[in-house]
Amino acid sequence: MSLMSAISSISGLRDLLPHAAALVVVIPLLAGPIAVILAKARLAWLWSVLVAAAAFGLSLVLLGTVLGGETITYEMGNWPAPLGIIYYVDSLNALVISLVSGMALLALLYGWPMVEREIEPKKQAMFFGTFLICLAGLIGVAITGDAFNVFVFLEVSSISTYVLVAMGAGQNRQALTASFNYLILGTIGATFFVIGVGLLYMATGTLNMADISRLLADGDNDRVVRAAFSFIVIGLGLKTAMFPLHTWLPNAYAFSPSMIGVFLASTATKVAFYTLIRFLFSVFHAGAPFETAMFDYVLAPMAITAMIVCSVQASFQPDVRRLLAYSSVAQLGYMLLGLSMGTVAGLSAGLLHMFNHALMKGALFMAVGLATLGLGVIQVSEMRGMGKTMPLTAAGLSIAGLSLMGVPLTAGFVSKYYLVIAALERGWWWAVAAIVVSSVLAIFYIGRMIEAMYLQKPPSHGDDPVIVVRSPILAIVPLYILVAANIWFFFDPSVPKGLADSAATLLLGGGAP
Amino acid sequence: MDFVLGHFNYWVVISLMMTGLYVVISTGNLVKKLVGLGVFQTSVFQLYITMGKVAGGQPPILVNLPELEAQAEAGAEHGAELVAEIATEHSAEIVPDPMIASGDQPAEVPAGQPLDVELSTPTDLPEVTSLPSEAFDPLMGVVYSNPLPHVLILTAIVVGVATLAVGLALVVRIRESYGSIEETDIDEAEYKTAGQGS
Repeated sequence: MSLMSAISSISGLRDLLPHAAALVVVIPLLAGPIAVILAKARLAWLWSVLVAAAAFGLSLVLLGTVLGGETITYEMGNWPAPLGIIYYVDSLNALVISLVSGMALLALLYGWPMVEREIEPKKQAMFFGTFLICLAGLIGVAITGDAFNVFVFLEVSSISTYVLVAMGAGQNRQALTASFNYLILGTIGATFFVIGVGLLYMATGTLNMADISRLLADGDNDRVVRAAFSFIVIGLGLKTAMFPLHTWLPNAYAFSPSMIGVFLASTATKVAFYTLIRFLFSVFHAGAPFETAMFDYVLAPMAITAMIVCSVQASFQPDVRRLLAYSSVAQLGYMLLGLSMGTVAGLSAGLLHMFNHALMKGALFMAVGLATLGLGVIQVSEMRGMGKTMPLTAAGLSIAGLSLMGVPLTAGFVSKYYLVIAALERGWWWAVAAIVVSSVLAIFYIGRMIEAMYLQKPPSHGDDPVIVVRSPILAIVPLYILVAANIWFFFDPSVPKGLADSAATLLLGGGAP
Repeated sequence: MDFVLGHFNYWVVISLMMTGLYVVISTGNLVKKLVGLGVFQTSVFQLYITMGKVAGGQPPILVNLPELEAQAEAGAEHGAELVAEIATEHSAEIVPDPMIASGDQPAEVPAGQPLDVELSTPTDLPEVTSLPSEAFDPLMGVVYSNPLPHVLILTAIVVGVATLAVGLALVVRIRESYGSIEETDIDEAEYKTAGQGS
């Protein structure tokens, strides 16, 4: 009897697989409130890990289908495309969805020992519930093929992110103001986006992205469409932390709980970046004159400025997590630079860098979180002697840091290499120069950490060695999974590279302009 | 002048939008910032709602079934088949509707027959019945405002309320830990603690 039911439940699961595209959003969304009801922190955590694992599994199913050369179109409630909301998975967002759900799983595994120490016990279950809703929102943004649905999911993820960032108030009350600033700017961004979507709806009468794109094909120069374009780019630029609009990011990353720092740094801006790409290339047409002009005269200069100015700012930050946050803005510059080239090679390099940057920043924030846990490190100068006192964490931090610089044998090298090649192909020698300068600055700011960790003596109180809280195994393992991924994707970047290439080819209509 | 008057709703929307944005940027009071944000968002709601208004349109409420079927026959829009589906699915339930039963109209109107709108429109909508006849497309039967922007904006209002709630909750917490909701005071407090920390 039990065997029968087991078999039937397995075949029931198989029946669910065609619905993977919907389930990957619905499961975390429904699981969020359940995590709150579970109330016990440990139970809520286990539940969240289970849910994140399920979401990751489902996203791998989607990724597998896409790697097989198909795209998935899932009609919500069986309402056909232009009227109903569709979920659409191709090589571009399969990569993003897998990245988000995978990072959520790792962040959760890493997060337990951190959350146990950083968040008040009675808020922990709610913390995990909010986290799951944030996850659902981010996956939803990536998967939906409906322009207004993007806004809804963007706000689902953003509002839960504001809450999660504010949870860092137990450690430092600045988390509150950081979260408030993020809320104001994030809402302005989302509202700009929704104005843009409204104008697009006005011009085309539809909200389905593919349908909008089809209807815009010959009306690209309409003034309403151009206004919509600017509103959407600015709105998503705020969410992506595109250079002059990045001011919310450093504090939000620096003062949020460690686990959230890891998750945000590796997913939130990436998803917004994905949405920007989706709108620039799949909704609007890359060949439109106003878009090419925007790439050349706005996006590329801003990207370069971000790469250099924010790297310099990172170099002078005393606070480790703010340093990493500024570095994130600089790295977003690389991705935007790739995008602004408007070529298949450039876009593909930008996407690859998005993937790799998630791996390295995730690892860096994990290592810094452990350092804060172990030694109370907040400033770079407090990291001295970590090579001796916390060898594992220091080694992980160094390898991820090297990847950030773009040293060979790490994933960071691969994406920077492709970016340089793409820039040369486009004839943008000044972009190559900027990449080199920014990388040198990265050597400087990562070098500061490595120097402090390995070349300075650990602080000591007289003869007593400094007291270190041992890093929990549960947190070390995800750190090393990411560090290993950073090395693995140097030797075999075929999966992300292949996906990025096919996505770029798909978006730019098969040929370079 | 026509340009100014013809775009009346946009002038309202833009002035509200800019007022809201200006308040957000200029004020140092966190609650006022949220108020500004609210005004800013409201302007967008209005943008959407005015966009959905069709001149002379009635509220988008299902009036009478035969019209829908005729509309499906006309099939000008790409959603027509869908409407037909709904119409056939629901026709059995709606036949005993008192409105249809009381009117001396058969439940099934032969396809293509021009509809008598005066009869089929509920009598509690005087502005519709009194409209000039060219406002009605004989094929479409009834002119109604586009309901989609309304639905979208309902969602956006919910999002706005949630944002406001989180924002106000944050302000409460900020007040608890800093003792002020003025940005300058908070910065000063932060500067002082930073000074003591180093």
